[in-house]
Amino acid sequence: MEPWWISLIKAAIIVNLVMVMFAYLTWLERKGLGRLQNRYGPNRAGPFGLLQPIADLVKLVRKEAFAPSSAIDAPYILAPIVSMFTALAAFSVIPWGSGWKIYHWHVTGEVVNVPISLLLIFALGSIGIYGFIVGGWASESKFSLLGSMRTCAQLVSYEVSLALSVLGVVILGRSLSLVDIVHRQGTTLPFVVPQFVGLLVFFFAGIAETSRAPFDLPEAEQELVAGYHTEYSGMRWGLFQTAEYINLITLSGLMVTLFFSGWHGPWHLGPIWFLLKLLGCLFVFIWLRATLPRLRYDQLMRFGWKVLLPVATVNALVTAIVVAAT
Amino acid sequence: MSPQPVSTLKGFGVTFRQILKKPITQQYPEERRPLYPRFRGRHRLWKHDNGLEKCVGCSLCAAACPADCIRVVAAENTPDNRVSAGERYARIYEINMSRCIFCGYCELACPFDAITLGNEFEISEHNRDDQIYTKDMLLAEPMKKIPIADPAIFDTPIPYYKSDS
Repeated sequence: MEPWWISLIKAAIIVNLVMVMFAYLTWLERKGLGRLQNRYGPNRAGPFGLLQPIADLVKLVRKEAFAPSSAIDAPYILAPIVSMFTALAAFSVIPWGSGWKIYHWHVTGEVVNVPISLLLIFALGSIGIYGFIVGGWASESKFSLLGSMRTCAQLVSYEVSLALSVLGVVILGRSLSLVDIVHRQGTTLPFVVPQFVGLLVFFFAGIAETSRAPFDLPEAEQELVAGYHTEYSGMRWGLFQTAEYINLITLSGLMVTLFFSGWHGPWHLGPIWFLLKLLGCLFVFIWLRATLPRLRYDQLMRFGWKVLLPVATVNALVTAIVVAAT
Repeated sequence: MSPQPVSTLKGFGVTFRQILKKPITQQYPEERRPLYPRFRGRHRLWKHDNGLEKCVGCSLCAAACPADCIRVVAAENTPDNRVSAGERYARIYEINMSRCIFCGYCELACPFDAITLGNEFEISEHNRDDQIYTKDMLLAEPMKKIPIADPAIFDTPIPYYKSDS
């Protein structure tokens, strides 16, 4: 058992790492989208536009954060903070490596090893939805309220399929702890092989859960007013945006951990394998955004309830029967 | 027409192939396309070869201007102060570039070809007052040289809508 201050240091490292990853994910997304659409993307700030995220941050921090005079202050200010906090906290249970021996302490590869870490991640994700609905409601604007209702309807619908899709992995891994699941994948095949259907359901539900194209109806920028963050500006809006991107990183990390055997790989590179797999997942998300057009709202709901949910349920049932039979 | 999931996957191939191509974006300030020869940009006032101004202060351009951005105040030419070739000259000739819509009616209205529209288009300023061009500024040679496309190719005597149909 490691002393408490090692966890504290690890938490500080992970938070900063995730923030840097977020900043450069925006760069990668704009650059990648640009190249996928025959454009350059940002290329003015620094070489290859590498200083663009920093310039964006400086601009957002310096910008005045307007608030509607009728907004309810406390929830209005708290909402982006809540979504940001839950997004960051979810990353604490994802294992980055097998653990290292530094001096005479044994340092584990994750911030905390919670036996129910998978449940914890979904619980934090559900609390994060409060940030979206409260932010829209506290703005005292009809567009924001409608936008937050739209967001919540989508997130709540797809949360069900998302949680059901990992049930097969939990049955195969015989644990809710991400650390145990990764360890088991080290001894057997990565779970993407027996749980390919589960991966597909998890992937589609994950796109909807992080509200990215083609399921980006909460913020359909070409068609609708922005949604729950219509009345936000400056760094408060920036926090919502950060939360959205960190949710995407967390989801990709979860996908790597659950289906692609986490940090396992040849030559025991540990965190490097994890980061490479994470980058691959993130690129697929960006690629998807550049390729597919947005769904209609009824198509989104029909796909969620009538396709993903039955498939996820059948997948979990079949996995349970197969595991019980063998 | 292939079934839905196959054509969706094909779409992924199409977008991925674009990464290998060179972007078609033109990096504007460094890389400039030549303008068409008849591009209507900043105005220019002209002089005769003997140094007299072509403008006689008739205000026809101001009358023709739909945006009402030209101000002309005329004065009489005297033997010891001869500015233009006619009876009168433009004592004040101002164009408000922030109002001008670059329609070219002023150059059509001018009986002496004193005002024409040039090719310069980078005329943004930090201050609105700087957008008002005085007579001296309009008479001077434009500072920026803009690349112009070959008139032999693009400035054809027969308009395309007459030659093509």
